[in-house]
Amino acid sequence: LLTDKSGPASLPAEDISANSNGPKQDSLFDDDPEDLFAEATEEVSLDSPEREVLLSDGPSPAITPITPPTSVITPKTCSDPFLLTLYSCFLKIEEEEGGDSFDMHISVSDPEKVGDGMNAYMAYKVTTKTSMSLFKTDEFSVKRRFSDFLGLHSKLASKYLHIGYIVPPAPEKSIVGMTKVKVGKEDQSSNEFVEKRRSALERYLMRTVKHPILLKDPDVLQFLESSELPRAVSTQALSSAGLLRMVNKAADAVNKMTIKMNESDAWFEEKQQHFENLDVQLRKLHASVESLVCHRKELSVNTAQFAKSAAMLGNSEDHTALSRALSQLAEVEEKIDQLHQDQANADFYLFSELLGDYVRLITAVKGVFDHRMKTWQKWQDSQLLLQKKREAEAKLQFTNKPDKLQQAKDEIKELEGKVQQGERDFEQISKTIRKEVSRFEKERVKDFKMIIIKYLESLVQTQQQLIKYWDAFLPEAKAIS
Amino acid sequence: MRSVSVDLNHDASLLIDIPDALCERDKVKFTVHTKTTLSSFQKPEFSVPRQHEDFIWLHDTLVETEDYAGLIIPPAPPKPDFESPREKMHKLGEGEATMTKDEYTKMKQELEAEYLAVFKKTVQVHEVFLQRLSSHPTLSKDRNFQIFLEYDQDLSVRRKNAKEMFGGFFKNMVKSADEVLISGIKEVDDFFEQEKTFLLDYYSKIKDSTAKAEKMTRAHKNIADDYIHVSATLNSLSADDSTANKNRYLSSSVSLQKVEGRVASDQELKLTELLRYYMRDIQAAKDLLYRRARALADYENSNKALDKARLKSKDIPQAEEHQQHCLQKFDKLSESGKKELTSFKGRRVVAFRKNLIEMAELEIKHAKVSSTLQPTCVRLFVYS
Repeated sequence: LLTDKSGPASLPAEDISANSNGPKQDSLFDDDPEDLFAEATEEVSLDSPEREVLLSDGPSPAITPITPPTSVITPKTCSDPFLLTLYSCFLKIEEEEGGDSFDMHISVSDPEKVGDGMNAYMAYKVTTKTSMSLFKTDEFSVKRRFSDFLGLHSKLASKYLHIGYIVPPAPEKSIVGMTKVKVGKEDQSSNEFVEKRRSALERYLMRTVKHPILLKDPDVLQFLESSELPRAVSTQALSSAGLLRMVNKAADAVNKMTIKMNESDAWFEEKQQHFENLDVQLRKLHASVESLVCHRKELSVNTAQFAKSAAMLGNSEDHTALSRALSQLAEVEEKIDQLHQDQANADFYLFSELLGDYVRLITAVKGVFDHRMKTWQKWQDSQLLLQKKREAEAKLQFTNKPDKLQQAKDEIKELEGKVQQGERDFEQISKTIRKEVSRFEKERVKDFKMIIIKYLESLVQTQQQLIKYWDAFLPEAKAIS
Repeated sequence: MRSVSVDLNHDASLLIDIPDALCERDKVKFTVHTKTTLSSFQKPEFSVPRQHEDFIWLHDTLVETEDYAGLIIPPAPPKPDFESPREKMHKLGEGEATMTKDEYTKMKQELEAEYLAVFKKTVQVHEVFLQRLSSHPTLSKDRNFQIFLEYDQDLSVRRKNAKEMFGGFFKNMVKSADEVLISGIKEVDDFFEQEKTFLLDYYSKIKDSTAKAEKMTRAHKNIADDYIHVSATLNSLSADDSTANKNRYLSSSVSLQKVEGRVASDQELKLTELLRYYMRDIQAAKDLLYRRARALADYENSNKALDKARLKSKDIPQAEEHQQHCLQKFDKLSESGKKELTSFKGRRVVAFRKNLIEMAELEIKHAKVSSTLQPTCVRLFVYS
């Protein structure tokens, strides 16, 4: 029974296509009752009061996918009446919908160096908080190392990619970054590296468990729950993301040469084009934002240098009031430097890393489309083979070779089964991809929206701080006589 | 920029301004406009075209005039420098293919604004130079100054003659020797001793601050440019996205930030300009000290020569006359130098005060504007 369940408001009408390569699909969510996003509307989850507490918990960041290392505006710290109204509106929305519809939070924290020298590694604490019945307890922690994450991803990729599921890519391996840490260089850049990685691992896990199918995968559950995990060895040579990229690139090249798929489904053609375009734009945006981060850091350095110079100038100044004003100016600039640094962090952690994640995600999406093409190819191949065999059998009818004829008939039967399976596989992967893409797009919109709001808030906060600093400086300047 | 020095150009007897200028390739042609009630000028109001080199000529002749040795000669305006925007324009042309039309247009606009800003700055800096002269009781009466303002022919002929006469000798000397000479001379006057110590130290500090402020300004500009690229890419993302509205608001907020970035850099420009101007002014004050130190050295030498002459009983009257002459010169320099340096300090403090206040007020104003506009964008963004 095909029920025409009208999709959520945000789903564009053309997602449900009339002419597809498979059987009519009127509802995308019918056979997945566990789809947590069926009812999802334009919800935005800002910091709820619960998370506020966690935010102030020392170095261990809150269990949101992306958390800026410095404080965010909370109703506590914000005195702007407009922003407060905004917050109360959001809290109301959250209350109405029963809060964040996804009731699971994973945090990656407490990076700890284990061992010495080149065999050393970082161990991270992975804490899961959930009330889902899928798990034995409400809250539990395990210790994991980077290669464990890579191992998890490679298992998931091998199980799900080829049937059309968009498996979130694992964070990038970094030989340079890791070596510094191993060698024991405790400087700012290696601390930044560890923090960057910690944040990336957290986002990776959250994305993975937000996927309703992946969440239930035994490997995922084992990863989150079991205290001992068999060491993943196959990750040593290449990271899974790197491997995936390589495979995809090869597949791409092959596809472009040999597979001329008869795409009778406009939806797929349009979506592929869409993702190609998105890929280009996101990469470009990512590059611009990385440049922004770099320049903002530069500004911070320059501001600090200027502050020092202004202080020295103030010392050298023999007019008392002007000297004091110049020293004050130096202090203001020093504070502004700190603002720039915080802003750079926000630029980076909120904006830049998100874009990087999505560039990698899009690669995974494109891979999934490629798998569909391969599945189609397989189906076509078996159809062709069946055709040939039928022709051969027809010819054999006129010869007197009963054994060969029977063999041919058997082969044909087998092939017919294969063709049917091929067709089913193709329909299935097409169906899965449609669902996956729709889910992906919704998540993307949600992700970006949330991050952008956080980012804009960080900009607002910077402005408000600037006002405070210059307001304090003004009387000093006026006092010069 | 006018506020960098205190309000000049309020003495109606001699009013000078540069109402417009033309930029032809590398050369900037300034229109110097004078309004005067003084009878020493042929007409009450007139305009002449002048090039940057004409200003330099005027400055150098003033520096090399003995009579003005005891005055702080206003620093020469720096050469118009379009190097930075020109280089950027060139890079922009090369990178045109990789940008969207929208992005390219915005970058071009940004560049044009920068070009215009450099242009405005150079006009003002040249204007202030003339106004400093016109408001100085002694320098405003200088003959060459009058020629500069009035002479309606091309000055370059006169300039060449001047160069042959002085050969820029004095200027070169000053540049290489002043530090050594100033610090070497034994100072008898407390006032000058303090000034010397102060100015030498202050000069190196303000030079450093100017350089650091310039770096800050450059970094701000880079960020503003980055925001152009970011908002342009966001715009093209929204072109084929169902989240079109959202990205529109985001990009408008981001372009707010871009404007904010440019404005912030304008603020810093104010600070940078203040520091740069006074760095040059302090150099001019140091030059005065140098000239006085040289006069003192001359005087001391003339004393020695007199003693020698007395010993040898030869050429005593000449030596005495020479010594008197040196003493007079030195005294005159000291007296006028003291006046100049005192008024300079006052002028400097007032200018710093004005500029720092203006800068702080502008920073506050702009931060207030964007901190109210951005939440509006957030709201539009969220509810779209």
